[in-house]
Amino acid sequence: MTANGWFQIAIFLALVLSVTKPMGVFITRVFNRERTFLDPVLRPVERVLYRLTGVDESHEMRWTEYCASMLLFSAVSMLVLYLIERAQVSLPWNPQKFAAVPQALAFNTAASFTTNTNWQNYVGETTMSYLTQMTGLAYHNFVSAAVGIALAIAFIRGIARRQMQTIGNFWVDMVRSCLWVLLPFCIVGALVLVSQGVVQNLKPYDTVKLVEPMQVPHLNPDGKPAIDGSGKPVMDTVTTQTIAEGPVASQEFIKEWGTNGGGFFNANSAHPFENPTPLTNLIELFAIFAISSGLTYTLGRMTGSQRHGWAVWAAMAILFVAGVTVAYWAEARGNSLYPHDVNQQATAMQAGGNMEGKEVRFGVANTALWATVTTDASCGAINGWHDSFTPLGGMVPLVNIMLSEVIFGGVGAGLYGILIYIVLAVFIAGLMVGRTPEYLGKKIEAYDVKMAMLVVLVFPLVILIFAGISTVHGFGAASISNPGPHGLTQILYAFTSQAGNNGSAFAGLNTNTLWYNTAGAITMLVGRFLMIIPMLAIAGHLAQKKYVPPSLGTFPVTTPLFSALLIGVIVIVGALTFFPALSLGPILEHLLMGAGKTF
Amino acid sequence: MASTMEPSTAIEPQMPRLGNSPRQQGKRALWEGGIVRRAVLDSFIKLDPRHMMGNPVMFVVELGSVITTVLLMRGGGQFLFNLQITLWLWFTVLFANFAEAMAEGRGKAQADTLRKARSETVANRITAEGDIEQIPSSKLRAGDVVVVAAGELVPSDGEIIEGVASVDESAITGESAPVIREAGGDRSAVTGGTRVLSDQIRIRVTSNPGETFLDRMIALVEGAERQKTPNEIALNILLAGLTIIFLLAVVTLQPFAIYSGAPQTVFVLVSLLVCLIPTTIGGLLSAIGIAGMDRLIQHNVLAMSGRAVEAAGDIDTLLLDKTGTITLGNRQAAEFIPAPGVSESEMADAAQLSSLADETPEGRSIVVLAKERYGLRGRELSSHQMEFVPFTAQTRMSGVNMNGNQIRKGAVDAITRYLAGNGVQMPAEVQSTVERIARSGGTPLVVSEKQRALGVIYLKDIVKGGMRERFDQLRAIGIKTVMITGDNPLTAAAIAREAGVDDFLAEATPKDKMDLIRREQSQGKLVAMTGDGTNDAPALAQADVGVAMNTGTQAAKEAGNMVDLDSNPTKLIEVVAIGKQLLMTRGSLTTFSIANDVAKYFAIIPAMFAGTFPVLNALNIMHLRTPQSAILSAVIFNAVIIIALIPLALRGVKYRPMSAAALLRRNLWIYGVGGVIVPFIGIKLIDVLISRTGLA
Repeated sequence: MTANGWFQIAIFLALVLSVTKPMGVFITRVFNRERTFLDPVLRPVERVLYRLTGVDESHEMRWTEYCASMLLFSAVSMLVLYLIERAQVSLPWNPQKFAAVPQALAFNTAASFTTNTNWQNYVGETTMSYLTQMTGLAYHNFVSAAVGIALAIAFIRGIARRQMQTIGNFWVDMVRSCLWVLLPFCIVGALVLVSQGVVQNLKPYDTVKLVEPMQVPHLNPDGKPAIDGSGKPVMDTVTTQTIAEGPVASQEFIKEWGTNGGGFFNANSAHPFENPTPLTNLIELFAIFAISSGLTYTLGRMTGSQRHGWAVWAAMAILFVAGVTVAYWAEARGNSLYPHDVNQQATAMQAGGNMEGKEVRFGVANTALWATVTTDASCGAINGWHDSFTPLGGMVPLVNIMLSEVIFGGVGAGLYGILIYIVLAVFIAGLMVGRTPEYLGKKIEAYDVKMAMLVVLVFPLVILIFAGISTVHGFGAASISNPGPHGLTQILYAFTSQAGNNGSAFAGLNTNTLWYNTAGAITMLVGRFLMIIPMLAIAGHLAQKKYVPPSLGTFPVTTPLFSALLIGVIVIVGALTFFPALSLGPILEHLLMGAGKTF
Repeated sequence: MASTMEPSTAIEPQMPRLGNSPRQQGKRALWEGGIVRRAVLDSFIKLDPRHMMGNPVMFVVELGSVITTVLLMRGGGQFLFNLQITLWLWFTVLFANFAEAMAEGRGKAQADTLRKARSETVANRITAEGDIEQIPSSKLRAGDVVVVAAGELVPSDGEIIEGVASVDESAITGESAPVIREAGGDRSAVTGGTRVLSDQIRIRVTSNPGETFLDRMIALVEGAERQKTPNEIALNILLAGLTIIFLLAVVTLQPFAIYSGAPQTVFVLVSLLVCLIPTTIGGLLSAIGIAGMDRLIQHNVLAMSGRAVEAAGDIDTLLLDKTGTITLGNRQAAEFIPAPGVSESEMADAAQLSSLADETPEGRSIVVLAKERYGLRGRELSSHQMEFVPFTAQTRMSGVNMNGNQIRKGAVDAITRYLAGNGVQMPAEVQSTVERIARSGGTPLVVSEKQRALGVIYLKDIVKGGMRERFDQLRAIGIKTVMITGDNPLTAAAIAREAGVDDFLAEATPKDKMDLIRREQSQGKLVAMTGDGTNDAPALAQADVGVAMNTGTQAAKEAGNMVDLDSNPTKLIEVVAIGKQLLMTRGSLTTFSIANDVAKYFAIIPAMFAGTFPVLNALNIMHLRTPQSAILSAVIFNAVIIIALIPLALRGVKYRPMSAAALLRRNLWIYGVGGVIVPFIGIKLIDVLISRTGLA
């Protein structure tokens, strides 16, 4: 670990801290329909949209109507994406003439982008046409993020409102999320990225001559290397290289800003056309946390307890620092199995540490930071291979997702996720101080606990059951590239990432199979919507309740003690659920590596 | 509300007592032989799955025990180890049942005593024709009228419609001093099973057989009608949810284990599951609830529902009647302030004379003050030609005519009118003294001769000792106290200041009181109050916690959700503490239970897999001897901790008045951090023990 590495991490956190208040205030004003500097441009657009769609912007919805609208909207947009993928061959903007996306893969991808997961069982530059990328995938990058923000706002309203039946209007919240919170920032962000060298065009791929021709094994139609009569591999000489391009910048910024994570290219943000410079790396990292961090301030502002917002922020920040510290430490330590003459020291000339699967442009610190940030949030964009991390380093992203991605978290999803944990933390704390538990003046009753437990149950349910099936059946285990505990980690990671709507892949596991496409799609849909329904039920229920003014007998949710308790509940629920599985995966692998065994 | 000026005809309101009620004095030891024997038997009866279903956590343990028993009988494997695991799993269930049975035990013993009071008696019922017929008390219906003479038992609950009697209520309240019950007013209710000691009364029966106060009391102390309280239901859901999560974690561990080449036996998996699910709190949860009710009963308070006990812990506002609760029942003379030109002794003499025949407590206190401060002895009333003038509503004065002198005592306006009638004006100095006394919270009484005001008697409300400290404690836990009084605002403010309450309601009518409750409730606050009169009934019903005095009317007792058998309004403060303690005990043991899992993981996970992957012994930080002893130790610890915590569950965690933040910090240290550490030590000790004895 180097001072320089820590300094970069500190700069990142300082940036996140500094944007929290302005972003939080802005979001509050947007959803309280107060004036913002964007109104002169956006308000007319908004009005036209409502006139065209027949939305009555003064209509208020109960949680059931809000939820039904959200589900309907998601179902329809998922279907549209599926149809675009299947029909792309006969649609315009397909210069590479890509065929229709196969059924299982199209289903998986449609589920993936609708749920803000952006799990990619495909290689973008060889599967998706420009039209599919722009109207199918990028569209979902906006609206799935907007759904998340809308839901978080609806939940906050549930807490803030008193004796009311309604929690807002889904369509209005959606439109305002897209127009105010997402679009303007993405336009500016995309232009900044273009200035740094991120490409943006609709051209066919370029072919360039290699400076030095290369020998590569010739592949038979079955994908295996061809062997000649004498048993030697047949080699081809390659003299040209295809350079994939496309409308990347416009898709790049929303990928982080909306915590989507689906890269235009397979290499995601490790690709120089997506993330060319240290500056773009920082901008993209910052974009992942910006809205989620701001939403904690919005929580404080809309509920009238700003210090509570900061207490939640602090809990998130502490968990973030803990994660990045472990990841950075584990990766900077390097691989203990390398021979002693391999120099893994960090020097001015090399990043040092475990550099397998990492970009030399980013080094250990920025890759460990990225891996932590992308899994704290449900982003899933990557700038290095998590599969190549050391066992403990790779456990950090896995555990981050297992903690339900509430460390800042996905846009909106992180906030409503942590609110569930807050409900549970406050419930136990309330009992311990001898009072019916209450949260910001709302009593937490059996109904709320029931719904919160349903949310918490979803995660272990899909992850453990699907991972369990995958490990003992051929159709699952056959996809593993490394046997032993590492293979178990690969499977665990795949389902955890999809259940958490993260979308980052551990890599190494071939998931483009019928089983993984289907089970994965189900995991993503369940991981998103089965959590949202009980969550909205709590919001609706809280909104109906009377406000109980706080007294000395009320456990305060504004103190460091509260932050500590919240961290405790998050870590304990996550650890107790997944410790047995982890102990046979990364923990065992780590111990075996110490004993000199790899997979 | 009973008029605050009216002297109590029942037991004198007692000073705040901390759990020294008669029943408390005879408090049973926790592990009394008879109760334990009965509880052991009950633990087995409670194994009935229909009973266990009510407790999802322990039901899972019972299912696990059944599964391991079946597998054990099929044979194979490490028989001794499997046998021990199976036995300890059953012990876990039995221990939880034992905890519940122990909690019920005290109530059951109490119910047996009460049943004796309910024994069949003969009632003298007055027939429609006016004759008296003798029928068994169990045949009495509501509306019947009975006659009860001295020495007889009251056959059923009722209202006295004729007569006055002293009644021994010790069967119900444990208080041996008899109380006065009389027709009309707020002291007309009598309870079946009590004994009339003197006189004869006519009673209109108000309860049907099986619905009497005694019947309800027996059901309550026995816990027969116990329903789960709101917070208990919520906690049960949390525990059930955790159980499902652990069920998933353990069930899916088997495929992971098979994948890793280290499949586990069902015995080991069930052990892991039982250790992880929150059996500690699951096993003690209903015991805590029953014990909470029982603690109230120890304080001689009957809660009509567990819900009310829980609500007591949530109280934000406490309404307390001034008289009898905050101040001693009656005002007392504190000072004689003579008018200009009158000597103190002359004034004291006149004050004493005017009060000699005044049998009210205020009047007596004037005589006492004259004697103690001025050495004036009581005089033979007959030795002077004294003619006493009683208080009437018209004159609003009392006094004495003696040797041509007319001494009068009364409120300032009455005396002013009296003097004006004799052509004299009230001196300005007296006026200002009167105002000063009123401002400082006292009651001024002016003493006057026919044509000369002699001075002012300062009657003072005496605030009970220790009240200020108690209100400070309540403030520390966030409870607002409001004093209710019929006094004028000036007087009320002064007493409120002296007693240290947060607020007061002066010149309060029952409607004002009701409005105050509604106002507080509309702000989301929970309100508690005490009351005894019929006109208190609506407010008692409206309040979230309404404690009716046992001396009060039947209407009040039915409106409230608690009855204080000691009729001690101050006890509301204890009721609040008991409610809080109940919730705290649940919360603390839940935290403890979940925190325990950390150590159990470190015991069981390495034991399961270290055979296949010796490197995993790095997780065996307790250095447990063998995998078998590690798993067995965890299971044994898990069972034994239930027994070890029964006293805590029954007594409740220690409650100290402090802010919620301080309380949480304290409990998190003790039950959270302690909950992580204790099992590490416990499991290690058990491991040492069983490997020494060669059991595993």
